[in-house]
Amino acid sequence: MMRLAACGLLIFLTAIATARAEGPSVTVADPYLELRTGPGRGFPVFHVVERGETVRVETRRTDWFQVVDADGREGWVHKGQMAETLLPAGVKLAIDDPAREDFGAHRREVGLLLGDYGGANVVTLYGAYAFNEHLAAELAVAHILGNFSDGQYATIGVTHVPVPEWRIQPFLSIGTGVIRIRPEGTLVGTEERTDQVAYAGIGVRAYMARRFIVRGEVKEYVVFTDRDENEEDVEWKIGFAFFF
Amino acid sequence: MENRIRILLLSAVLLASGCSYMPWRNDTPEAEPPPPPEAGEAPVVIDPAVERREIETAKIDTENWEAGAYVGSLSVEDFEVNVVYGARIAYHLSEDFFAEAIAGTSDAGLSSFERLSGGAPLLTDSERQFTYYSLGFGWNALPGEIFLGGKRAYNSAVYLTLGAGATRFAGADRFTITAGAGARVLIRDWLAVHLDMRDYIMDVDVLGRNKSTHNYEATLGLTAFF
Repeated sequence: MMRLAACGLLIFLTAIATARAEGPSVTVADPYLELRTGPGRGFPVFHVVERGETVRVETRRTDWFQVVDADGREGWVHKGQMAETLLPAGVKLAIDDPAREDFGAHRREVGLLLGDYGGANVVTLYGAYAFNEHLAAELAVAHILGNFSDGQYATIGVTHVPVPEWRIQPFLSIGTGVIRIRPEGTLVGTEERTDQVAYAGIGVRAYMARRFIVRGEVKEYVVFTDRDENEEDVEWKIGFAFFF
Repeated sequence: MENRIRILLLSAVLLASGCSYMPWRNDTPEAEPPPPPEAGEAPVVIDPAVERREIETAKIDTENWEAGAYVGSLSVEDFEVNVVYGARIAYHLSEDFFAEAIAGTSDAGLSSFERLSGGAPLLTDSERQFTYYSLGFGWNALPGEIFLGGKRAYNSAVYLTLGAGATRFAGADRFTITAGAGARVLIRDWLAVHLDMRDYIMDVDVLGRNKSTHNYEATLGLTAFF
């Protein structure tokens, strides 16, 4: 098992090492381009490339681009300076990063939410795909961790955003799924249960910066048990998400 | 009402034009030949002096993901120190912040109580396995460089992490808060060595009452950027 894992890791690392694609060459249009030793504002500038010279873009890490100049010097350039360079066709290098205008019009969203499900802690991972600005399908898996029981649920649902133009957007959600609750072994006379569940919820998501979202929501769940009465649970959670 | 009429008319027009392109129609009209140029008049051809530019969208490889594995030692409170293995994946949101997911496993040892009393063990072998995952965020608090001798410099960062997840230990899944600090040194542009210290905080009720436990872990890992 360990050998297999180590082997897999080795293959993965070699695949990454050889996977670098050749990037475009750009011409410096600003008075100069600052090359830093690392992808961060704290790293020192060790070389400047003058206007009119050409550099090749190797890769990008967050807001920093690794470039190689004509003499083979490798350095990191900030996005702000990189946007002022020209492609061979004479047009500016387009860097289309997500911004405030894209929030609400985005297609995909992935996030992590923490909170409380009927008195127990809950950790949720969710992914959403938007059909249009208002309506999105959402898939969520959660781990419920209580003192006397633990469990998981997986749900699929739709969310509706009435005003996708706002920076802080309220939304409504409904959906259904499956929940499994496993009481802790020390309790007597209980057993693991798997039931269907349905929910309705209300929440809010707010744009922070770049592709960052903060999101909070409250949901009311109805668990369709095989006992005489259905069970109702309230869940609230808050967390971060990013869109792309 | 007006709309409905418009739709009706439009669909009739569409249907008619669609039919005219059906394959059974073999009386396709031949293209009319252009009128012959009149004798003595040279045709005017515009020859653009501008070379056509090929505009391509820049394809730049991004390396915001980082994945790898680690090994180290984990101190399970009351249950000795043992070897831990794990995997880590991170997404760098900016030069300052990253999101990360970790998962690891270890086998806890015997508690002092079990060792000294000589009685029956508190946990079965499968309950003694300590398996966790954690999802959270990290902040590169101290980015910088590490200098080895006079000629070598490696990019590095000291970061703080905070996460939440679950641990399966002693027969139950336990909500776990993870707080840690680590150092990352890039030995190549794409390959990093990590030295991590993490604390897994959770409630455990094995020894009678529910108590909050701190389980410290120190690991050495290798990750690749892609």
